[in-house]
Amino acid sequence: MTEKRNWPLWEIFVRSKNGLEHRHFGSLHAADAEMALENARDVYTRRNEGVSIWVVESKHITASNPVNNGEMFEPAKDKVYRHPTFYDLPDEVKHM
Amino acid sequence: MKNLNLYNYILTIADNSLILAQRLGELCGHGPNLETDIALTNISLDLLGQTRSYYQYAAKISGEDKTEDDIAFLRIEREYKNCLLVEQPNTHFGHVIGRQFLFDSYHLMLMEKLQDSPDETLAAIAKKGIKEVSYHKRFSSDWVKRLGDGTEESNAKMQEAIDDLWHYTDELFFMTEAEKVLAEDGIGVDISTFKKKYYEEVSEILKEATLSVPENKYFAKGGKEGVHTEYMGYIMADLQYMQRTYPNMTW
Repeated sequence: MTEKRNWPLWEIFVRSKNGLEHRHFGSLHAADAEMALENARDVYTRRNEGVSIWVVESKHITASNPVNNGEMFEPAKDKVYRHPTFYDLPDEVKHM
Repeated sequence: MKNLNLYNYILTIADNSLILAQRLGELCGHGPNLETDIALTNISLDLLGQTRSYYQYAAKISGEDKTEDDIAFLRIEREYKNCLLVEQPNTHFGHVIGRQFLFDSYHLMLMEKLQDSPDETLAAIAKKGIKEVSYHKRFSSDWVKRLGDGTEESNAKMQEAIDDLWHYTDELFFMTEAEKVLAEDGIGVDISTFKKKYYEEVSEILKEATLSVPENKYFAKGGKEGVHTEYMGYIMADLQYMQRTYPNMTW
């Protein structure tokens, strides 16, 4: 019954210009994908913000657990050599 | 007025959009949920934008010292030429959607013809409006199908709304004097040409929505000649209050 009463949540991704990527704009409720698209059009692109919309039902998104943030993200903190800027390029290499 | 027929013709089209925009505007902050609330208000603003273009044009050709605001806010009830359908109240969501659906279907067919008018201003307004109106129709017919083909309760309410509003559909195709004259001149649209197509298309969507198509023998009309239903006076009060109370006020 709860399923029927409350529309599921959808995550909305909008491409603001051709050539750019779709970016997460927010979330909204809708009964199905078609309605989610129409709602997204009205809620997020009414001020000319977009040229394309993706909708994904929120339950299909698998998120990392903040509890695991230590093991997930902290090891990357002290590995500056993973940035290309860590390396000195010889002057002969141009346009990098 | 030299262009009286053209002036009246413009108002016949524009007043539908004004009054429907006003009706939808009443729902601002009262929609069934946030998303639908914004959608209905967007439609209201689309219609109001179209109305402004028409009234600006009407004010220009009137040859009198008139502005779009005078036309929108300072006429008396009998001078508004909107059809009875658009002034019907927001009884429940089914009525809001039913009214929108029955009007959008007509509106889109009208715009498709009007964009070919030799009158460049009318053609330009129609051309710009067509994309908006196409979306309105998509929105309202989607909802008719959702509610009609939804639960037992939503089906009953949608059917009730269609049955209540069907009574006002025939008037959409009633041609006033100005409409007849302009259709003959080739500037206006002969709306009788798409009446059959209208009922076919609307019936098809109703059937898809598992709703039955009403079989009325009698229809109401009068709005297009200024004879409105009892709801119109209240709309006038809301719409005109500010301009009547504080003449020439601006925001």
